[in-house]
Amino acid sequence: MSAAVVAKKTERRDPPGRAPRRRGRGGRRGLADQATGWSFAGPSTLLVLGFSLLPMGWALRLSMTDSDLVTEGQGVGLDNYRTLADDPVFWKSIRNTLELTALYIPASLLLGLVVALLLNKPIRGIAFYRACFLVPFVASAAAEGLLMAFVFDKDFGAVNGLITRAGLPAQGFLDDPSQAMFVITGIFVWTQFGFNVVIYLAALQDISPEVLEAAAIDGAGRWRTFRHIIIPSVRPISLFLAVWGLIDCLQFFDLLLTSTKGGPVNSTITIVYYVWQLAFEYFTAGYGAAVAYALFAGSLVAIVIGLLFGRRKGFLL
Amino acid sequence: MTATPAGTAPTGKPGARRWKMPDARHLVLAPLSILMVLPFVYMLGASVMTRAQINRYPPPLYPPGVDLSGYQELLSDSQFPRWFLNSVLVSAAIVLSQVVLCSMAGYAFARLRFSGRKVALVLVIATTLIPFQLTVIPTFLIFHRLHLINTLAALIVPQLASALGVYLMTSFFQNFPRELEEAARIDGCSRFGVFFRVVLPVARPALAALAVITFIYAWNDLFWPLVAISSEDKYTVQAGLATFQGQHRADWPKIMAGTVLTTVPVLAVFIIGQRRFVQALAGAVKG
Repeated sequence: MSAAVVAKKTERRDPPGRAPRRRGRGGRRGLADQATGWSFAGPSTLLVLGFSLLPMGWALRLSMTDSDLVTEGQGVGLDNYRTLADDPVFWKSIRNTLELTALYIPASLLLGLVVALLLNKPIRGIAFYRACFLVPFVASAAAEGLLMAFVFDKDFGAVNGLITRAGLPAQGFLDDPSQAMFVITGIFVWTQFGFNVVIYLAALQDISPEVLEAAAIDGAGRWRTFRHIIIPSVRPISLFLAVWGLIDCLQFFDLLLTSTKGGPVNSTITIVYYVWQLAFEYFTAGYGAAVAYALFAGSLVAIVIGLLFGRRKGFLL
Repeated sequence: MTATPAGTAPTGKPGARRWKMPDARHLVLAPLSILMVLPFVYMLGASVMTRAQINRYPPPLYPPGVDLSGYQELLSDSQFPRWFLNSVLVSAAIVLSQVVLCSMAGYAFARLRFSGRKVALVLVIATTLIPFQLTVIPTFLIFHRLHLINTLAALIVPQLASALGVYLMTSFFQNFPRELEEAARIDGCSRFGVFFRVVLPVARPALAALAVITFIYAWNDLFWPLVAISSEDKYTVQAGLATFQGQHRADWPKIMAGTVLTTVPVLAVFIIGQRRFVQALAGAVKG
């Protein structure tokens, strides 16, 4: 999405007519330009493409073998993809990932926009507030997973400590299969939505004061300004953040590894966690690659549909 | 920012009727922002409790005193100091390499003319859509074949450059004034000379932003160290922390001490570079 923007900008910066003239001046100068350009851009380009496109192709081949991570394995055609259709854990992991996404995206977008609106006009202590909202985003998910596993621990945790002090029954939280996914989603929103605050703040500052003034003169109240000016103005950013949030959900792993490990009884297992288990705990790398590919295909479709649908209907915030 | 109540009153008058009492926002923001950081305060508190204190029922909400036995246990029972050193080495190497390589690439994509430039840039940025779980198994196999698995090099090499870094620096150099380099070019400097002696020193704020973001990502990475490293003495802090999960349920002071020491460096870098970090994030999205 941003690739097109940058490419277009680069194009615009070239003074028209200058490049052809230079090319016409002879091969030596052209060659020198090529050499300089590629010696600057080459290392990064090679590294980035080498560690993405090459493994991506390899993963496709791997997904059609029964590799155990150490040996190459035999070609098994599409068997892995057939197995996947009947794998209850695979479907459970998809359901959990979809649940996470469906709760996480609206919650983190709404919270992000509300806090950004509160911080939009000059307010004393804005730097302090902004830092507070970003701290969970900056700290590592591994540490936060351990911390929250402790805070929500059913015996030693602070939350149950507070609940029981208030005379209410202690909750199972991460140990209760019916609650665990909701608690994890809440924790995930806590770790991530500060990013949305920062991005929304930047977007809000681009809304021209004239438009808001005009609305005020026309007698628009706070709600109508929000509904008819602010929401449409930040729609492209909302769309971006929704896609970003989707990618975050599809890659959700670190927090799980140090808190629930996908449990209890797979109630919080996500697709990525399952891929990791398959490849690096059960050593069924070929099958793991097939699950990863299924996820990749699914997420690409989801992102494209999201972009098209969001753009056409103006459905997102 | 230093406006006194007397100073804000006259200028704020037309809007004041619609945004009554702007300070009412504090009533929402203050509790919410405290809630955001409260778990970290609790983490710090729990790290200075004793085992006996922390295992009391109902659990104490604040430490009765300061006891450092959790930290002592962490440093003596686990290889935490080693993990910390590994994390510092790996993150430093990654930051250094990305600052040099990504700014060079960004400069080339924004300023230099060579064939294949646009295709390369679009491809690089498009790779951000490839999820890591797709590439992680083959990447493991690549390093396995190179006999680099279970070495710190395996943690550094895949991160020597990044699509995000290239993208950030490309958009930065697109808005970079041309006059400076043109003057230096006329004085007979080579492209490399111009870049390293004229452009980079002026681009320091952008390099700092890139360094802050890269450090935060490198320091916090868990998935790849977990996959690429098998012996405990080569773990990073994050992978080391993961070994604590579920193992010592009664060892919470020690575990919390580990999370505190893991979080401090990244928070320090964030607080020092906060403004640049925020600008870079916002700038990246708005293009």
